[in-house]
Amino acid sequence: MSTTTHFPLITHSSLDAAVAYRNGSVITARQFLHGAHKVASTLPEKRYILNTCQDRYHFALGFAATLIADCISLMPSSLTTETLRSLQRLAPNYITLDDDDINKRLQADTPPHQQEITKVPQVKAAQLAAWVFTSGSTGSPVPHPKRWGSLVKNVRIEGKRLGLQDGANHTIIGTVPPQHMYGFESTVLVALQSGNAFDAGRPFYPVDIHNTITATPQPRLLVTTPYHLHSLLASEIEVAAVNLIVSATAPLSKELAVEAEGRLQSHLLEIYGCTETGQLATRRPAESAEWQLFDGIQLTMEGDKVTASGGHIDQPITISDRLEITRHNHFLLHGRSEDMINIAGKRSSLSYLNHQAIAVEGVEDAAFFMPNNKTEKQISRLTLFVVAPTLDSRSLMRALRDRIDPVFLPRPIIFIDALPRSKTGKLPQAALIALVEANAEKS
Amino acid sequence: MPNQNQTPATDDTLLIEIAELIVTAVNLEIPPTDIEPDAPLFGEGLGLDSIDILEISLVLSKQYGIQLRSDSNDNISIFGSLRSLTAHVAEHRTK
Repeated sequence: MSTTTHFPLITHSSLDAAVAYRNGSVITARQFLHGAHKVASTLPEKRYILNTCQDRYHFALGFAATLIADCISLMPSSLTTETLRSLQRLAPNYITLDDDDINKRLQADTPPHQQEITKVPQVKAAQLAAWVFTSGSTGSPVPHPKRWGSLVKNVRIEGKRLGLQDGANHTIIGTVPPQHMYGFESTVLVALQSGNAFDAGRPFYPVDIHNTITATPQPRLLVTTPYHLHSLLASEIEVAAVNLIVSATAPLSKELAVEAEGRLQSHLLEIYGCTETGQLATRRPAESAEWQLFDGIQLTMEGDKVTASGGHIDQPITISDRLEITRHNHFLLHGRSEDMINIAGKRSSLSYLNHQAIAVEGVEDAAFFMPNNKTEKQISRLTLFVVAPTLDSRSLMRALRDRIDPVFLPRPIIFIDALPRSKTGKLPQAALIALVEANAEKS
Repeated sequence: MPNQNQTPATDDTLLIEIAELIVTAVNLEIPPTDIEPDAPLFGEGLGLDSIDILEISLVLSKQYGIQLRSDSNDNISIFGSLRSLTAHVAEHRTK
């Protein structure tokens, strides 16, 4: 569709336009580019970069510098010891950039030719910008390549959908980390590619969210998750108005969406996408359960498999979720594949977690189980059935902590003599449910 | 109103009360008395994570009228242990 060979790093109309707000002060496009060049000048070419910055502005600087230096960003879904070991295998000698590193590199001597910023860097559409990882179904994270052109096309369509291209100077507030694909696209990239700004913070408690909104000029957006929205609404504090709420990572109920729209005097749009495909569709759950595809994206159905193509997607990609195409450019989401789990917006697969548990020394067999808890009010945690005669809860937990993101750590762990496996070694879901029920009766 | 005349006895009552709130708020399958007052609530100790912290902060706001915020400088030490959390609640509760 597009023969564009390069896309600019940012699309702000002037070098004096705001790119970010940090503790109440404005950071202009000029300052941002100056910093990005400075950090880039300290990076060797063609290396892998793990950007762990907590400050969203530092993260953006690190990402921009990585692009300018023709390096590749690594975006794993967690930072456990085991994940870092896998990264070292997949991307040897990667460089970690944290907030302190950015500060130090910003103080480095700047080459004279970079001291005056007069234009915006152009980056090749075909340049590999990032490897984004999913848990996969084996014990190792699976890397997905993200090219600059594809990322740009995707967030430009998103920017239009979110109404960010209306000429006003929007500011995006995010409760999600920039390292998460959703936070990366919807707080950092979309701002850079729609000429708007983001807030450098990441408000956590309900009061923090309210205070950040109040301190941010209008129009402003709140990019968040069902889990953060639920706690914000449950807190009963007054929450300042925003112009748009954006939610993703897990489906939001109509009730919560309607309540959020009322309390924050705003519309709420939900984004649907996955790591493999990027963002594909939006909906306004207060009005409709149907998702509307991004312009240019097509879904095709073969048997029960749905494939996405077109738009920013270079090669057709099969979607693991269960979708029903309802009419032209519209679909319903009926659930994720059974192996996929989502806790408070973080995704993993049961098979990945099982591999990690079985890899612990002393564990003979293990199976994670996700209780079927449909309410938004209480976050469900995983149950782990484990055969490990020489371990106790504490030692097993310590070993798991190195391998598994905290949200997926089991609560509770149930020690048993053997798992109810069939003759072929399969573990029927019904047998696990029976185990859970038997255990509930015991306690 | 900050409570000026704390006696050790009321402190202990509050400590147990908060231990009970934590266990209910985040569905821990242990009796509240199993939470060691001085052990870390995060990570290696009780094993809570940031999702739990948000849940617990919600319960504390309903029960004691306390709104936690990240920019108060002792935010990390508040959740250091059950005892430090109890001390914070005792000092800042409004109901």
